[in-house]
Amino acid sequence: MTKTDLTRRHLLGGAAALGLAGLPGRVRAAGPLTVGFVYVGPKDDYGYNQAHAVAAKALKGLAGVEVVEEERVPETNAVEKTMESMINLDGAGLLFPTSFGYFNPFVIAAAKKYPKVQFRHCGGLWTEKDPKNAGSYFGYIAQGQYLNGIVAGHTTKSKKIGFVAAKPIPQVLNNVNAFLLGAQSVDPAITCQVIFTGEWSLAVKEAEATNALIDGGADVITCHVDSPKVTVETAARRGAFVCGYHVDQSPLAPQKYLTGAEWDWLPIYKGFVADVQAGRSPPNFLRGGLADGFVKMSAYGPAVSDGARRNADAVKAEMMKGGYEIIKGPLKDNAGKEVIAAGKGLPEKALELESTNYLVAGVRGAV
Amino acid sequence: MVADTAASRIAVVPRRPSAAVQVMAWLARRTEAVAIPLGAVLVGLALFSLFLLALGKSPAALVDLVWRGGFSSAFALQNSLQRAAPLLFAALCVALPARLGLVVIGGEGAIMLGGLAAAVVAPPLSAAPAPLVVGAMALAALLAGAVWIGAVGALKAYRGVDATIASLLMSYIAIAIANHLIEGPLRDPTSLNKPSTLPVGDANMLGPMPGLGVHWGLGAGVLACCLAWLLMERTTLGFSARIAGGNVRAAQIQGLPVRRLIVGFTALGGACAALAGFFEVAAVQGNANATLAAGYGFTGILVAFLARHNPLAIPPVALALGGLEASSGLIQRRMQLPDATILVLEGLLFLCLLVGETAYGRFKIFSPHLWASKKEAAA
Repeated sequence: MTKTDLTRRHLLGGAAALGLAGLPGRVRAAGPLTVGFVYVGPKDDYGYNQAHAVAAKALKGLAGVEVVEEERVPETNAVEKTMESMINLDGAGLLFPTSFGYFNPFVIAAAKKYPKVQFRHCGGLWTEKDPKNAGSYFGYIAQGQYLNGIVAGHTTKSKKIGFVAAKPIPQVLNNVNAFLLGAQSVDPAITCQVIFTGEWSLAVKEAEATNALIDGGADVITCHVDSPKVTVETAARRGAFVCGYHVDQSPLAPQKYLTGAEWDWLPIYKGFVADVQAGRSPPNFLRGGLADGFVKMSAYGPAVSDGARRNADAVKAEMMKGGYEIIKGPLKDNAGKEVIAAGKGLPEKALELESTNYLVAGVRGAV
Repeated sequence: MVADTAASRIAVVPRRPSAAVQVMAWLARRTEAVAIPLGAVLVGLALFSLFLLALGKSPAALVDLVWRGGFSSAFALQNSLQRAAPLLFAALCVALPARLGLVVIGGEGAIMLGGLAAAVVAPPLSAAPAPLVVGAMALAALLAGAVWIGAVGALKAYRGVDATIASLLMSYIAIAIANHLIEGPLRDPTSLNKPSTLPVGDANMLGPMPGLGVHWGLGAGVLACCLAWLLMERTTLGFSARIAGGNVRAAQIQGLPVRRLIVGFTALGGACAALAGFFEVAAVQGNANATLAAGYGFTGILVAFLARHNPLAIPPVALALGGLEASSGLIQRRMQLPDATILVLEGLLFLCLLVGETAYGRFKIFSPHLWASKKEAAA
């Protein structure tokens, strides 16, 4: 419980610091608060959607909270109707549409139409000009990928690691860069091959990409796709080590799973629910990383050496202080162009990271 | 019921037994056309009920939720109609070539390309008045879809390539090309984590239909279905197409331009599908992005087969399926069933329909000859 309280303070502190909190909220009528979750994929995907669904399940245990969920809702006007249906038929007062593509125009439109319902969208796209009863939250999960990279750097024999990526968008590129930079902090000679599948969820291509990476000599694999299940299982079957993403995938590869970058949405959701229950408007813009409890690491697998553990734990302790600079100058992209000058660095909250459009030197692949 | 209707119809034309025979025969054929798909749907529902019972869920509760989620209130109906709108166009892309004997299942690609084409022409025309921009967007979409699915027809007509396989594969190519362009050369640089083309502009967006709250794609789709029916049933062109679909050899012997008919009708189908993409961009998304490939093209196949490729039957069938999909969320939330439940139902219905296709002409009761001979005997 103390852990939760601490996190809540962090959340509110972070929001207040951004100057976006404290909008007068509406006092809700007594009675249970119905919270609606909307997922773009299946909620048991061992990935992005499951990370949210796990938190939703935990919310169900709270007093005065009812949870309704809908999975596989496409990023079309179908999501608008799903949200309306949750509001009209289930009486939802707080909605979490969790996929990027839901926000504009659908969440914005629904928030305008239902000003008394609170909408909080995962992906961090809310700005001042958007409705005040909407908002967004997201986490600095590249920190987790950096720690993954450190463990991978200690584990790799071939000095080649691999990354199965969905789309070349900033949040994915940050993860690829962090994974390699973490590994290079152990051994600068390490390179990382990245393969983009082009889709958030495309099992066949993810398996092909994983196999291609291993055929190319990579012996530690991680990924950023909606469901890492295929990548983790394929890599383990081929004898490669894997670092997880989104949720703990160690049950899929108990021997080969090193560690993983996981979301922890429960404290955030608890905070939002408590705000709405108390009649406050939850923060409109919320971000955090390891230090804020938004992101956590999977337990180390049996193949992780003591040295790797000590190294990763030490860096993690630094990250817990906040402001850790993964992207630090002098740094070149993989085309040889300098992206960060010597002496400069980007802490996790740096806005530049929201528009990353390069892969750092040592990553083999193109945006 | 059927017998009653038949009797009343006969009563309208007294003292002309041959006409009565004709009416009976006509009725028998029509009844068959309704009874077999309906029977297939009932069998599908029965199988689905077994599936639900095996999961320990009540089929009655599901039916109730489908009614509530899809049809019972103004909101539910609006939800269903909104989902039906793109299906109308997608189904026409299957139904039109089907009358020529081609099974085209690649409408999804035409939707994607149509949406992309519409989104691409808008930004350069931003200075032009809105109706002109919207017109240009629609035209660009029509062209893109016509060329893409027309090419499937051309492959069939001139090279003998199977249209089913070709259209499916071309659909994957279309989606890949579109995604490449959206994420590459045509990307709006400010669309960071959801790659999209430049916005078409709020002024060029189509509003909802008055009183319905559903975008104009619905009205345009119903109109397109009516026009398609007129084309198929009331013009020589449609008649020629049906002849060619019924028997290519016979059509060729009659000197019908079979190849041009194939290319023309596939192109027309593609143009229809592309309009679904146009409306997604101009009435829903405001730009082209990967979500244009939302599966409408594939659900459209089911709609067209359920409607037996009759354009006038497409709107009610699309509404029924739209209602099913609209209630899918409620079924998830209230019955704790996975989202795939409705997909299982749709799959079962489709299978039963395909099996049902083989039942035509096998039931003596629907045979026009039977009724004709009975009538003659009575007379």
